[in-house]
Amino acid sequence: MAVTAQPKLDSQRIRADFAYLEELRGGKPVAFLDSAASTQKPRQVLDALRGFYEHSYANVHRGVYQLAERATAGYEGAREKVRAFVNAPSTREIVFTRSATEGINLVAYAWGLANLGPGDLVVVTELEHHSNFVPWQYIARRTGATFRMIQTDGAGELQLDALDSIAREGNVKVVANNLVSNSLGTVNPVEHLTAWAHEQGAIMVVDAAQAAPHMPLDVQALGCDFLAISAHKMCGPSGVGALWGRAELLDAMEPFNLGGHMIRSVRYEDTTWGQLPYKFEAGTQPIAEAFAFGAAVDYISAIGLDAIEQHEHELVAYAMERLAEVEGISIYGPPPDRRAGIVSFNLENVHPHDVSQVLDWENVAIRGGHHCTQPLMKRLGVAATCRASFYVYSIPDEVDRLVAGLQKAKQAFA
Amino acid sequence: MGEFDQLYREVILDHYKNPRGHGAIPDADAHAEGQNPLCGDEVSIYVSFGDDGDTIDDVKFEGRGCAISQAATSMLMEIVKGRSATEIAALPKEELLDEIGIPLTPVRLKCAILGLGVLKVALHRAKGTPLPEEWSTLADELEFLGND
Repeated sequence: MAVTAQPKLDSQRIRADFAYLEELRGGKPVAFLDSAASTQKPRQVLDALRGFYEHSYANVHRGVYQLAERATAGYEGAREKVRAFVNAPSTREIVFTRSATEGINLVAYAWGLANLGPGDLVVVTELEHHSNFVPWQYIARRTGATFRMIQTDGAGELQLDALDSIAREGNVKVVANNLVSNSLGTVNPVEHLTAWAHEQGAIMVVDAAQAAPHMPLDVQALGCDFLAISAHKMCGPSGVGALWGRAELLDAMEPFNLGGHMIRSVRYEDTTWGQLPYKFEAGTQPIAEAFAFGAAVDYISAIGLDAIEQHEHELVAYAMERLAEVEGISIYGPPPDRRAGIVSFNLENVHPHDVSQVLDWENVAIRGGHHCTQPLMKRLGVAATCRASFYVYSIPDEVDRLVAGLQKAKQAFA
Repeated sequence: MGEFDQLYREVILDHYKNPRGHGAIPDADAHAEGQNPLCGDEVSIYVSFGDDGDTIDDVKFEGRGCAISQAATSMLMEIVKGRSATEIAALPKEELLDEIGIPLTPVRLKCAILGLGVLKVALHRAKGTPLPEEWSTLADELEFLGND
């Protein structure tokens, strides 16, 4: 994607930015392999958060005193950073939310309730996180629209040959897909789905919560209509995310939350809505967190998204090679070149909870569960999987410790 | 004792690997199944009563899940067989936890008492035995599925 060669990512140097990675438990550092759930936070982001609260904090867009101006400048500066990060045409199209989940709910409610009805089709995929599945299932039911799911094949790839038969069932109005699967790491063909959605006259909603930390994002290249991200999955604080939407769509939508700041004028008889993006930002926002979100964008952009993508790719390829050495292991999902830094697996006859517990004693933190993707678990024929996920601070030694821990778990339950 | 031995003591591993009362009872007098949505543990319990309609003559379970959930349900089968439905409906969870005999974090506690909750729901549905609030709350949390 990038024309200039990026310097290779130096994970050892990066690790020094993360306090937890220096902590020892029983004399050993913990191998934190659950970054897909949420990443650790670098000092640079925490310093920005603290500095903002200490020296720039007031409510935004209200006071005329200097501190309030400074707070507003910080908050709006973060919006510009997020805009550049997703390559959106305008900051008017960047709405701060609580999370990617809230961003998707905003679209489902504010666009879906007004535009869906009987005979319409809402299409999601089997790889969706519940956050991009349940809101659509719910809004479809509320509006009488039909809910459809694109299934996956055995390798965790979407079965796109089903698109034609879905299109024959009705008017496809919404297609919702995650760019990167949080369970399997699959990088989904969003450009292809977007083109198909637009042929049908549908909008394309992209959940990029898992993609944003991993690869360069460009909403104009993707061609989608909405895209949601979450700060906490990309070295930023929890409690803040962003939704990008096409201005013409956002303009035509009714508000999602109502209250202060999202209005133009309020009278007893009637209220009119404010301009974009404020129409969708009712109430006091997570101001300092949004500012720190901007710092997180700076942090990972300075490392370079191309370099991060390559680093994760190398780690996941190494992990899949090493995991395959473990007897009785099942690894789910596509080959390394088709996935982000996530690998889901199961050990024969050992439940993921037991695996995670034994690994925890070995100072290896992974996730065992359904990863908020129960339809996918059903397809895989399992109740849960073990999931190891990597980020900028992850190193091959942690993969080795994971594999050693798995050998121990296997032995114990043999 | 290491951490592993504390949580997965030999008797638990033994019950996990060789579950007692494993299987289904066709035409059972009472049946319920439940799952822990958090981790996907699943347990299905079948009960048949004796001629007095109260004694638990036979009890079996099927399920899949972590070692703690499956071993605890296996232990439960041994605890309840031959006792009365009325008595088991009132069985405090401590009796099962004593048998398990290991310290459990709140997350793992739910795994450990899943089987007992399912059994209490099965008895409640079949016999109308009381289901104290503690268990009906659990039933809400754990999602107990249909009767048959």
